[in-house]
Amino acid sequence: MWVYEKKLLYPVEVTTCNPMLAKYLMEQYGGADGELAAALRYMNQRYTVPDKVIGVLTDISTEEFSHLEMLATMIYKLTKDATPEQLEKAGLGAHFVNHGHSLFYENAGGVPFTATYIQSKGDPIADLYEDIAAEEKARATYQWLIDISDDPGVSDALRFLRERENIHSLRFRESVEILKEERDRKKIF
Amino acid sequence: MNQSQFRGTYRPYVSPRDPCPPILEKTFVLPPQLFTNFQKPGLPQNSPEEALKQGSLWPQFVDGFYREEGIS
Ligand SMILES: [Fe+2]
Repeated sequence: MWVYEKKLLYPVEVTTCNPMLAKYLMEQYGGADGELAAALRYMNQRYTVPDKVIGVLTDISTEEFSHLEMLATMIYKLTKDATPEQLEKAGLGAHFVNHGHSLFYENAGGVPFTATYIQSKGDPIADLYEDIAAEEKARATYQWLIDISDDPGVSDALRFLRERENIHSLRFRESVEILKEERDRKKIF
Repeated sequence: MNQSQFRGTYRPYVSPRDPCPPILEKTFVLPPQLFTNFQKPGLPQNSPEEALKQGSLWPQFVDGFYREEGIS
């Protein structure tokens, strides 16, 4: 069960009318290494991992949803008042034709989200290593978004989100270490 | 070959209302490479024949996997 708090994890300030930046942010919204992929990946893997690491997956998955909400807020603010002409100029003409001013789970190139972005192997080490890789890829994506963003408010939120990926990666690395401690347990009993 | 040093176990939550007979202890693989961050030189080696059979020149990195282990 989840409890929803009606506020953002971190305040999002958008200072420019910039639908082009919104298009780029969609990489973290509905892209392969984005927040939706992360949230869904961890939420699903948590059933078949050793009980000591279930909580890490639940907590991080939940946090990824709050990151997704921040991105949605940024994308919405950057596009809500843009004219069809402005959207077209920003490369969002096809998006507008299909979705109007609404958001959609797709990457910066307009490719819709697919479950094939994520995996669940049923092997705890394989799954945790995928999770570590996913966090590093998300961190890198935030770096390139920070490099291309010319909105100081958005950049600030992106820096916050990037640091969270560092911590998530560390937590998954710690989870691997916790499982390594289970080595050879059977022989002791 | 001693696989057990490359396996871990845990006891998942079991409900009195589980529909199938519950498996009380689950085993998972902790492959040998997890415990070697950087391979040291001069490790004991298999014979060429044994290396071909095992898939590794170094027995230290072989943990095997058999259906009889019952992991899945
Ligand atoms: Fe993350």
